Amino acid sequence: MRISSLPRLAVRHPLVFTGGGLLTLVIVAALSAPVYAGDPMIMDPFKLLQSPSTQAWFGTDSLGRNVFARTMYGARISLVVGLLSTMVAALAGLMIGVTAGYIRSFDNFIMRVMDGLMSIPTILLAIALVALTGPGIGILIVAIAIPSTPSTARLIRSVVLSVRERPYVEAALCGGARLPRILWRHILPSSIPPLMVQSANVCAGAILTEAALSFLGAGVPPSIPSWGNMIASSRLYLSIAPLNLFAPGICLAITVLAVNLLGDGLRDMFDPRSKQRR
Amino acid sequence: MSSPLLKVENLTKHYMLRQGFLTKDGPLVRAVEDVSFSVDAGETLCIVGESGCGKSTLARLLMRIVEPTRGRVLVDGTDIAGLDARALRAWRRRMQMVFQDPYSSLNPRLTAAQIITEPLENFERLSRKQRDALAADLLHKVGMRPEMMHRFPSELSGGQRQRLGIARALALEPSLIIADESVSALDVSVQAQILNLLLQLQQQMGIAFIFISHDLSVVDYIGHRVAVMYLGRIVELAPCEALFAKPIHPYTEALIAAAPVPDPTRPRSMPPLDGEVPSPISPPRGCAFHPRCPFAIERCRIEMPSLVPMTDGRSVACHVRSPAQDIPRKGLLNEIR
Repeated sequence: MRISSLPRLAVRHPLVFTGGGLLTLVIVAALSAPVYAGDPMIMDPFKLLQSPSTQAWFGTDSLGRNVFARTMYGARISLVVGLLSTMVAALAGLMIGVTAGYIRSFDNFIMRVMDGLMSIPTILLAIALVALTGPGIGILIVAIAIPSTPSTARLIRSVVLSVRERPYVEAALCGGARLPRILWRHILPSSIPPLMVQSANVCAGAILTEAALSFLGAGVPPSIPSWGNMIASSRLYLSIAPLNLFAPGICLAITVLAVNLLGDGLRDMFDPRSKQRR
Repeated sequence: MSSPLLKVENLTKHYMLRQGFLTKDGPLVRAVEDVSFSVDAGETLCIVGESGCGKSTLARLLMRIVEPTRGRVLVDGTDIAGLDARALRAWRRRMQMVFQDPYSSLNPRLTAAQIITEPLENFERLSRKQRDALAADLLHKVGMRPEMMHRFPSELSGGQRQRLGIARALALEPSLIIADESVSALDVSVQAQILNLLLQLQQQMGIAFIFISHDLSVVDYIGHRVAVMYLGRIVELAPCEALFAKPIHPYTEALIAAAPVPDPTRPRSMPPLDGEVPSPISPPRGCAFHPRCPFAIERCRIEMPSLVPMTDGRSVACHVRSPAQDIPRKGLLNEIR
């Protein structure tokens, strides 16, 4: 996208512009944290729970660590877990949904399995998995992606079911097209817009779930800064150092809001009934 | 005489209506019932009938988009109704289809060139240059300028889109094209252009057409032979001129009488039919047309008439109007009465 088209995007799709802008800001802040934020790990036992200063903009926590640096580095965990688990869920949901939608003999079986997966509570599954393997980002991504997959698969299946009956798909069949071409050329392109909207919603949920799991201690190891475990460890000192809790909390809210705005904006943008199209 | 290009024998399609989650059996919808006909090379067979009589299902059966319940579809003597998907692909080159709706039958995300060259690309590897040349050639055949190949369907008019549909069908150089209501979605003036294009292609390339329509004026213009369908069955099959000059089956007669004629003073040869087409789920016993037929006799309520060839090359399925059937069975008939 060219820079010159940004003002037009802002006018036509303000939600996409705002959400995308905020999210970009968070991503840039997270990526460039080493440049400006300072070290999130150094503990200083002589500077516990201090108020904001020029060295530590948001003060220090109960172990004397720089809260600003920890907040900025914490964005990395939220984003990595949120985006990766969304990608895993989107990819798995796409493949499962297309299979169920196009190969009807698998449909009933696959969708009943998906219904089963949907009934597993995310937090419970994550705690069980972490208990089995020990805490880590990889297992967190898997734990969040598994319960997010069925909703995506269901959506994609419904899109495939409606698209496969369209005359141009029958026409392709009459033209002697093989299965891969029909899927790749005629069916998949129609399922990408709803997939993107759905993935934005999944992503917002995934970021929140990660924070919740870290808060409960089932997420990333406590030494790694994450918004969830920061909120957990600072809640005892709320009256002394409120920024310790509010900094990660507000950042979490802003990030989730950005992703949700982006999702809503994308939905409006792709919706053929919306007047703003084109 | 050489064997026909396409021979259809007793083609039948029943749809089972699913009732619930576990129950498999529901009422049968007899969409196409025991249809037989043949098409010679370079000939146009028109199939007419009102909505819901199974015309489109028949087209989809012939293209094997839907699987037949019974019957054979012989192309050059090979039964394609029994072929598996791999073997079927080879036969796709012989038969192509032009769809009814020029809007939904073209993928909106592909360019004209991609749409019309796709069938050949399914069978042969084409370089970019070959593809563009093929696209230009196909567009030329359907009377479009080569620059159009980079357009998307949304940038073309209805007539141009239907030309693309025809170009796509021509890409594999088939000997038979099935046109399912291919002009009914178009304006009358554009209809004429498309019909003339089809006639011209037929003359140049010797393509046979199965032309499905509910518009008798179109059929009169383009057809060599006409099959009239009612409730999934062929009730009359006749050369075009003979059918329009003297319809034999009462349903054909009613159809022709109901067709609008631009002459308000001309008296109607037959009053319009009463009632609705019966449901194909529970077709009437005997002749399916008897509840609406003004000439129905007792026998029509009991016995299904079969399609009987007559002396002048036409076939009719009617107890009343086809004397060939009446004579030998007169004694039996009287007993029933």
